Amino acid sequence: MTITGWLQISLLFLAVLLVVKPLGLYMARVSSGERTFLSPVLGRVESNLYRLAGIDTGREQSWRAYVTAMLIFSLVGFVALYALLRFQASLPLNPQSFTGMSPDLAFNTAISFVTNTNWQNYGGETTLSHLSQMVGLTVQNFLSAATGMALAVAFTRAFARSKAATLGNFWVDVTRATLYVLLPLSIIVALVFVAMGLPQTLDASVTATTLEGANQVISLGPVASQEAIKQLGTNGGGFFNVNAAHPFENPTAWSNYLNIFAMLSISAALVYAFGQMVGNRRQGWALISAMAVLLISGVAFIYWAEAQGNTILTAIGVDPSLGNMEGKEIRFGQAMTALYAGVTTGLSNGGVNGMHGSLTGLGGLVPMFLIQLGEVLPGGVGSGLYGMLVFALLSVFVAGLMVGRTPEFLGKKIEGREMKFAMLAVLVLPLAILGFTAVSAMLPLAVASIGTAGPHGLSEILYAYTSAAGNNGSAFGGLSGNTPWYNTTLGLAMLLGRFAYVVPVMAIAGSLAAKVKAPGSAGTFPTDGPLFVGLLIGIILILGGLQFFPALALGPIADHLAMLAGQSF
Amino acid sequence: MINHLRPAITLIVAMTAVTGIAYPLTITGIAQAVMPAQANGSLIEKDGAVIGSALIGQGFTSDRYFWPRPSATGPEPYNASTSSGSSLGTTSIKLKERVAADVTRLEAAGLAMPHPADAVTTSGSGLDPHVSPAFAEAQVARVAQARGLHLERVSDLVQTMTAQRELGVIGEPRVNVLELNLALDALAM
Repeated sequence: MTITGWLQISLLFLAVLLVVKPLGLYMARVSSGERTFLSPVLGRVESNLYRLAGIDTGREQSWRAYVTAMLIFSLVGFVALYALLRFQASLPLNPQSFTGMSPDLAFNTAISFVTNTNWQNYGGETTLSHLSQMVGLTVQNFLSAATGMALAVAFTRAFARSKAATLGNFWVDVTRATLYVLLPLSIIVALVFVAMGLPQTLDASVTATTLEGANQVISLGPVASQEAIKQLGTNGGGFFNVNAAHPFENPTAWSNYLNIFAMLSISAALVYAFGQMVGNRRQGWALISAMAVLLISGVAFIYWAEAQGNTILTAIGVDPSLGNMEGKEIRFGQAMTALYAGVTTGLSNGGVNGMHGSLTGLGGLVPMFLIQLGEVLPGGVGSGLYGMLVFALLSVFVAGLMVGRTPEFLGKKIEGREMKFAMLAVLVLPLAILGFTAVSAMLPLAVASIGTAGPHGLSEILYAYTSAAGNNGSAFGGLSGNTPWYNTTLGLAMLLGRFAYVVPVMAIAGSLAAKVKAPGSAGTFPTDGPLFVGLLIGIILILGGLQFFPALALGPIADHLAMLAGQSF
Repeated sequence: MINHLRPAITLIVAMTAVTGIAYPLTITGIAQAVMPAQANGSLIEKDGAVIGSALIGQGFTSDRYFWPRPSATGPEPYNASTSSGSSLGTTSIKLKERVAADVTRLEAAGLAMPHPADAVTTSGSGLDPHVSPAFAEAQVARVAQARGLHLERVSDLVQTMTAQRELGVIGEPRVNVLELNLALDALAM
């Protein structure tokens, strides 16, 4: 660990802090249907789209209609993507003549992108045609993120409105999120990426003759345009197999900064937009503070763990001063890799700039734990905000129990119905993660996929289901996940993590919207101060994290102790 | 249910046209027109032939060149059409055995222990174009001897080719192996 390393980490968080307010205000305007500086350009596109699709912008939806629209939109997107991946061999823009994907891999990949997970059981440059990358994956990178944003905005309206029967119009919310937020930002970021060295071409590859006379086939493609939305939409699915560790996705320290900045900004700004829309900006900052404390602690912990190096290798003649370099790139070093690993898992991004499977026991524990906390630090675009609000409701409920008052949040009474749905949502993650992991750990055909035996093998399985259910998408890559068992069960875990979570959450929204928004009284527990932030952090750690501790003790913690004992498997 | 199908299908089709076709093609058009060097992979040409990319590592093995880090790509190291990391855990026996073999290989080449961590570990991508300044320094004697050059000339070249942190803070000190080897070839002439 060095002062320079800590400085590198701090600079990124400062930069994000600077854009949270302006971007948040802009997104609040977009979400409220107000005119923005882009309306002269995009207004006509927008209204033509509505007319073509038969969308009545004035007609709002109840929570049930809103959720139904979201589910059907996701289903149609899934079917379209699945078909594209299966039949890419007979479609144009396939310069490398790749065959269609197998049914189980196409199922897994399509779910993966529709749920904003972007788990990669395929190697991008060895499996996917340009058409699949552009028309398939890039489109869902936009739409799955816009869907998350729409859901978060609808949830926000539940707090902003009083005695309301509706939460907004899903189609309008999705369209505006795509056109006014994701698309313009993607264009800017993509062009900056090209300037930094990311390729953007329709050629598939170029063959070089090296100085030693060998042939080197270098894969190329429309990388920059996909990388931009991959980060902005907290998708994380890379153009290449190794994601942003690949020099073409992430060639320099500056591009590394832009990658992390792009993935963090929208999710963080959306929390500010929430504060703005409910008329309490301090509430937005309070939520951001809780997220920041946990996220920055996570990054610092990874940095510390990785900088120690791998003591097993130190013993056989490796200098530990560079830290644990297996699976890491020289241009990033320990600080910038720890920063990426923490942010990508605190968010539900899941892109990586180093191999998480080669992190040390404790260094690898943190990314897994950050996902298990529920992807709320600040989480995926939209999904992080509504996830955090569920924790906020649980916090005021616990506080209410302690002082014997009816809990309130932003003027809304929190009662039994909301708590039941909140618990239902919160239980989805442990059920999917621990359930599938337990079955896989006992199933010989599932255990056969692990790459490193011993406790790390359990970590690989645990990480896979954690990542899938949390809709993250990063992996301990030692696990050969492209088998019918993992393709299917990971696909199911992704579905549960996205939809089984969000349906009860939207039921809460519907129930809250219908309530009176009462002004606070002297007895109201203030939810925008440090006391609440502390309570919220405690609830996230206890409710979100504690249930995974036994599994973490058997996996990454045992792995760490084995390393200290010099034990290899 | 059914009344949701029309907006769903229309939006998917329309957004595919906008975000899946118009967006990447527009970026491609602008990139190719304004920044063709970067957009086509930052290729390095020598006498009209492409010899590699400035961003992608190559698997040098000859004594006359600086070596890169080990690479986990298959079937051969530094295969730039199938990027891959080892993903081996810290307690993996495969990792320990592989590193032990590389330690032996470097010792045979006359490099002193302990070895810089990057000299015996594979990168995340398997295509890392850089080595640490320490690993480059460690190879100076070997390369100088193979080329019959003065130690100092090679050492000075490594110094010149070492990139420092941007603004003194951003990134890590590093040496681009392909560019270093190109400069080495130029030096000998």
